[in-house]
Amino acid sequence: MADTAATLPPAHRSPRFDVRRVLTRHGAWIALALLILVNFAITPNFATWQTLNVNLTQVCAIVIVGVGMTLVIATGGIDLSVGALMAIAGALAPLIFLGKLFPLPHPAVGIALAFVVPVLVAAALGWFNGWLVTRIRIQPIIATLVLFIAGRGIAQVFTNGNLQVFNLPSFQFIGLGRIFGIPFQAILMITIVVAAAWMLRRTVFGRQILAIGGNERAARLSGIPVASVKQRVYLISGLLSGIAGLIVIARNSAADANLVGLGMELDAIAAVAVGGTLLTGGRATVIGTLVGALIIQLVRYTLLANGVPDAAALVAKAAIIVLAVWLQRQSHR
Amino acid sequence: MNAISLKLFQGIGRYGVLLALVALILFGWLRYENFLGAFNVLSVLRYNSMFALVALGMCFVIITGGIDLSVGSTAALGSVVAALLSPYGVMPGLLGGLAAGLAVGACNAFIITRLNILPFITTLATMLAASGCALLLANNQSVSVSYETGFVELGQGDFLGFPIPAWIALITYLLGSLIINFTSFGRTVLAIGGNEDAARLMGLPAQRVKALVYLASGGLAGLAGVILAAQFGAGQPIEGVGWELFAIAAVVVGGTLLTGGVGSVASTLAGVLLLGLIFNILNFENGLGWISLSAYWQSVIRGAFLLLVVAIQARLSMHTEEAA
Repeated sequence: MADTAATLPPAHRSPRFDVRRVLTRHGAWIALALLILVNFAITPNFATWQTLNVNLTQVCAIVIVGVGMTLVIATGGIDLSVGALMAIAGALAPLIFLGKLFPLPHPAVGIALAFVVPVLVAAALGWFNGWLVTRIRIQPIIATLVLFIAGRGIAQVFTNGNLQVFNLPSFQFIGLGRIFGIPFQAILMITIVVAAAWMLRRTVFGRQILAIGGNERAARLSGIPVASVKQRVYLISGLLSGIAGLIVIARNSAADANLVGLGMELDAIAAVAVGGTLLTGGRATVIGTLVGALIIQLVRYTLLANGVPDAAALVAKAAIIVLAVWLQRQSHR
Repeated sequence: MNAISLKLFQGIGRYGVLLALVALILFGWLRYENFLGAFNVLSVLRYNSMFALVALGMCFVIITGGIDLSVGSTAALGSVVAALLSPYGVMPGLLGGLAAGLAVGACNAFIITRLNILPFITTLATMLAASGCALLLANNQSVSVSYETGFVELGQGDFLGFPIPAWIALITYLLGSLIINFTSFGRTVLAIGGNEDAARLMGLPAQRVKALVYLASGGLAGLAGVILAAQFGAGQPIEGVGWELFAIAAVVVGGTLLTGGVGSVASTLAGVLLLGLIFNILNFENGLGWISLSAYWQSVIRGAFLLLVVAIQARLSMHTEEAA
């Protein structure tokens, strides 16, 4: 995998072509390729532009949140608050551009603020998560559980639980717009994935993230500013959740604080796990998360397009997660 | 820090949740009429008994250093199975829901102890699977229970003037408390959470005990599902969303460390009641008419409460480390 950060020790490398190793190392890519081939064979109308677009748009929010989750998990943490932060960003944006929070001098100002403020608020809440983890020393799962519980409540209190409906093409470009026929959100997603993959592999910050996840104490002793790196990682996760929240409400032309981002933390974690990132930290692949999300999405699409009920697709998803993680374990034996 | 204030700190850590519960009850008693009236007390107990069952299983799982995210959808599956079997009588409904929960628990136990996959990711997967099974069995809608066989008594009935679901919760908590404190199984649970490798090297049956803990958690969640179905007259495949995190919050508020090895069954019950009472007090406060906080505030307040408790816990453990 292109950006798999840790390589196996040389002793494991045999000159012969080792089927098992290829299967476990590149399992996610092989599974994705197989899924696409199977679909070409059995799913009607699979090889169309529309199918591609449908699948890309459905997977965008999960991938964008998943990138942040990958980074957090790479440090050995977890972020359960992503769905709630999406709801907060999604609730704030319409309040701003509909002028309910404060009077707007000009509609364009409202739209600009509606992009910036919710994302910054989500980033600030992400920073708060990081602060709880690093300064108050609360375990990540509990620290982010606080906002998981309270965050959606805050979004609901903002909007009084009401659905906010709107029709504002200039704002909704983020979810509905197209550039050369490609959904803008897909371009945004690819940009974020590439940037994060590059950062994880090529920058000092990225290497520090992996060092912390590998062995936090050793990282601290070798002079890495552990607390500050972790805080930035949670901040990034919050920021990306905010962007995902905006995409979801733009796509739906409506913001429902009760539903935006519901269950997203689990989808994102599943994508990260299937993609081959170690859940205990230290080894991470952002491209893998993209592949993992695509696999989960494609399995669901394949089943639905062939008349299998959505509920059965859930069971299949569960099986994929367990299988993927189990296969990865085999490669680490 | 001197020894006395350290003792004091540790005391607050251990009994803090009980103190907070007593304070909250006193507050409600002084402020609202009928707060401690039989009707309110019994309905709070009746409603929260489901959460209490789920939290008890979670408490055991967390003490071993694990986590069980599947309890919410397991409860949903249990409620659907119980509702489907309720026309055949009370026992089939009860045992069916319990069996459904045990089945999910067995899956968790197998994957975690045999395939060696992290509890977090295992139970995340079985959460999806249980939810899918519940939706398939229920055909994507709620399943009404039969009112003719007396099944609903399990949720709505009283025994000796006390709600039956509360009896069930009370008995399981008594059993749970006895098991953790006075059986070798319970001591092994604590030992695994303290240091799993050490427990294994001492010859304790770590894998078997862990498997049993997840099995129990599944069974208790199934039982909670039975009560859910009986209380609301329907098996609800989409209920139970977020129960797992409510249960984790209750366990943590009760002072059980998420790192395992330490924990108390009684404090977990206090944690459940504390979180449940926050909602109850919010309703009473709205009834007074001074303020009008929507139901949405309850999750904000619960979150703030959780934050307060874990922040205090983190402080305490820092002090303890420094002193040690």
